Amino acid sequence: MTEKPAKNPMTSTSRRTFLGAGLALGGAAIAGKAASAAEGEDVILEKQTWNQFLGDGVDARPYGTPSQFEQHVVRRDVSWLTADPISSVNFTPLHELDGIITPNGLCFERHHAGIAEVDPAKHRLMINGLVDKPLVFTMQDLMRFPRRNHVYFLECAANSGMEWRGAQLNGCQFTHGMVHNVMYTGVPLKYLLEEAGVKTNGKWVMPEGADASAMTRSIPMFKALEDCLVAFKMNGEALRPEQGYPLRLVVPGWEGNMWVKWLRRIEVGDEPWHHREETSKYTDLLENGKARRFTWEMDAKSVITNPSPQAPLLHSKGQTVVTGVAWSGRGTIERVDVSIDGGTNWRSARIDGPSLDKSIHRFYYDFEWNGSPLLLQSRAMDSTGYVQPTKSALRAERGTNSIYHNNGIQTWHVKANGEVENVEVS
Amino acid sequence: MSKSLKLLIASAAVAALVTPALAGSFNLGREATPDEVAAWDIDVRPDGTGLPEGKGTVAEGEEVFAEQCASCHGDFGEGVDRWPVLAGGQGTLKSDRPVKTIGSYWPYLSTVWDYINRAMPFGHAQSLEPDQVYAITAYLLNMNDLVDADFELSKENFTSVRLPNEANFIDDPRPDTPVMASGKEPCMENCKEGEVKITSRAAVLDVTPEEQAEAGKGAVD
Repeated sequence: MTEKPAKNPMTSTSRRTFLGAGLALGGAAIAGKAASAAEGEDVILEKQTWNQFLGDGVDARPYGTPSQFEQHVVRRDVSWLTADPISSVNFTPLHELDGIITPNGLCFERHHAGIAEVDPAKHRLMINGLVDKPLVFTMQDLMRFPRRNHVYFLECAANSGMEWRGAQLNGCQFTHGMVHNVMYTGVPLKYLLEEAGVKTNGKWVMPEGADASAMTRSIPMFKALEDCLVAFKMNGEALRPEQGYPLRLVVPGWEGNMWVKWLRRIEVGDEPWHHREETSKYTDLLENGKARRFTWEMDAKSVITNPSPQAPLLHSKGQTVVTGVAWSGRGTIERVDVSIDGGTNWRSARIDGPSLDKSIHRFYYDFEWNGSPLLLQSRAMDSTGYVQPTKSALRAERGTNSIYHNNGIQTWHVKANGEVENVEVS
Repeated sequence: MSKSLKLLIASAAVAALVTPALAGSFNLGREATPDEVAAWDIDVRPDGTGLPEGKGTVAEGEEVFAEQCASCHGDFGEGVDRWPVLAGGQGTLKSDRPVKTIGSYWPYLSTVWDYINRAMPFGHAQSLEPDQVYAITAYLLNMNDLVDADFELSKENFTSVRLPNEANFIDDPRPDTPVMASGKEPCMENCKEGEVKITSRAAVLDVTPEEQAEAGKGAVD
């Protein structure tokens, strides 16, 4: 009988393998001692457990999870923001991500009555109102329509809303983390509306969710026919429950609240409904007491994700990578400029990776840091020529009570020791 | 039949198979029954479309509100902790701390009825009878000093009640900040005069989670 080979003691719990590993570890310790006279790093001169012992087999992790060393990479919430975590929001850890795609488990969550756990076999999508024939679709019905794949950003209109009155939260996760960017697979809403036959006076649609908040919004017909999707997949797999499993609406470039999750009904009407989320919420109060309504489009915006308060510059002066994300609800990102002196002088950053319509873009600015403090800013310009404004330009137009649609330029103060603080500048 | 004719028919059949379906011709889904539509079609609009038969008085509403709503919203709609304030706030919209309530901010009464009916009470949605929703709505109007204590709200008189802030909602004028003409670039050199100074610091407030978090200003919705 042959002895079973020892598994990595970090992941194995059986007594037999633990004993075997203990012996082997003793051996490694002796080897390490002998090597201590050698010059160099222990991580090279000493054998690591993973160099010698076996890891988990293919049956151990049927649905993979990130490395145990990445456990800090999670969505976080700000408990004082809302009365209760059931109707609340958490934030994407933008400072831990790269590229343009947000992993499904890190996409920020915003729901109004908790995560509905919907059985897809019992889920139906109804189309009613001003149509020739009200219809009901099962999930299987929906998957028989021709499908489309699109990468789109979803940004909550309240992203950066806490910063209207001044710098408040230390971390781009909290100041800018109500955004994510995934590839959706779904069916054009147009096909479903055409199947039901929209009457000539049908000018608006009202999507409605199946959760206990029964979320509703009014969407003009032109947008519904232009590019809205009824999606069932994100990044190739089924929608996550917190993102509306089994079905959500995708409203490219428009505020996240309209992307109704757990989508169960679409009504066609001749007038908007003026429901709670488009009157008492998601309207932008101005300094003069008037309020803008139906502020659907998300303006061009960018933020430097690294360095940022949660991701300080831990290395010495010299070659330094500044990176961040930019997006626009009106098209693609044409350019991103970066300033290290608080907006006096700008250099064009390098956009790397796909440049897709109404999708996050990734930019890099590689430069030689001389070790002195920096006032880092990024400024996006989209394909319509719209330039991301300063926060003071936004306040001059709107005051500080708008809550929503704060896309102003963010400033990070990088100190000589590499710490980073959220600041505003003159 | 000639060989070429056979081929022609065969290729026509193939073409029919691969031709994209025309609008409305996927033949998927089934017709919804009137009862199914009625079960889900609960939305109400400012013109009263969608309101069911029913009525309720301020006094009846006060009772239901105390039982079903006051634990979060307070006996007088003042809001407990950070739960929404429903009454008061008139005259605050231009101030540093606007209080956006049904009376001070909401443009349409139908929004109140629709939202209570679809989503309230929090945690037991769609459990109220139409008469109870009319009564709670009447009580909310009374708490906002918009109707007298003996008022009864019904399907019939619903659209005669207007909320005071209706006229203060305007359409979206964005973009309200500069857009570059084609081929132009934004300022790249010497864009600010004088030394750039820090005017605001997050560390002063220190409301970031995992620090000694105090309640910060602002809200997400």
